Amino acid sequence: MYTNLAIFYLFALAAVVGAAGVPMSKNIFWSAMGLLSALVGVGGLYVLLSADFLAVTQLLVYIGGVLVLIIFAVMLTSQIKEIEVSNQNVGLVSGAILFVLTGTLLSYVALWAPWKVVLRPESHETSAAIGNGLLGTWLLPFEVTSVVLLATLIGAIVVARKEIKDD
Amino acid sequence: MMGHLSLSHFLVVGGLLFCFGLMTVLTRRNAVAMLMGIELILNGANVNLVAFNHYVAGGLSGQIFALFVIVLAAAEAAVGLAIILAIYQMIRSIDTAKIASMRR
Repeated sequence: MYTNLAIFYLFALAAVVGAAGVPMSKNIFWSAMGLLSALVGVGGLYVLLSADFLAVTQLLVYIGGVLVLIIFAVMLTSQIKEIEVSNQNVGLVSGAILFVLTGTLLSYVALWAPWKVVLRPESHETSAAIGNGLLGTWLLPFEVTSVVLLATLIGAIVVARKEIKDD
Repeated sequence: MMGHLSLSHFLVVGGLLFCFGLMTVLTRRNAVAMLMGIELILNGANVNLVAFNHYVAGGLSGQIFALFVIVLAAAEAAVGLAIILAIYQMIRSIDTAKIASMRR
């Protein structure tokens, strides 16, 4: 039981420290690295919550896809010579005040609300059940998602390509 | 309570991720950094979904919901970064204060 708790604190620390680095670091590249730490930590938490398929998806899609995309954008848009000032903050004080207020509220609710917790036995692997669910109960959202992905693909290409002028 | 891993542990982590994401979106001037904040917010929400699924609801509906959130977040990141790159090619800056007017 204490092993679980130790693993939880390891991943939670990685997630929270990484997330704290995203708004606070001076260099935007270190913000991206903080996001990496946060995503890895969240993936570990998924494993603790017996969501193994979701953890692998987090690793593949978020870290392998979204984060690489973000790092590409960082490299392409912020000039290297001014990378030290590429990540300005405005209104850090009001941001910190908002952070304290929202964080206090959310933590208060999370700690003191009477959640109706049902203790369950350790569940087994979920990928087979998720596959059956996606082609059964959740078939319509699954198909709609594929249309969304196709539209995203086409839209991103159209927006990002260079236009060839006729004249 | 303290010796066991409980629902509240995960909810607090999710809430903190959400708060840091909110702070990022509100204080950053760099458009790419604001997208990172959105990813943090979505991750905080996902942690909550999966935690409630494990401790309260049971079944798989929370995990499926989180799966769709991940897919839509990836789509949103792709389109958002494409727009940012297009803006950067046009006016050589992604500072949100400089691109506030929608024309050159």
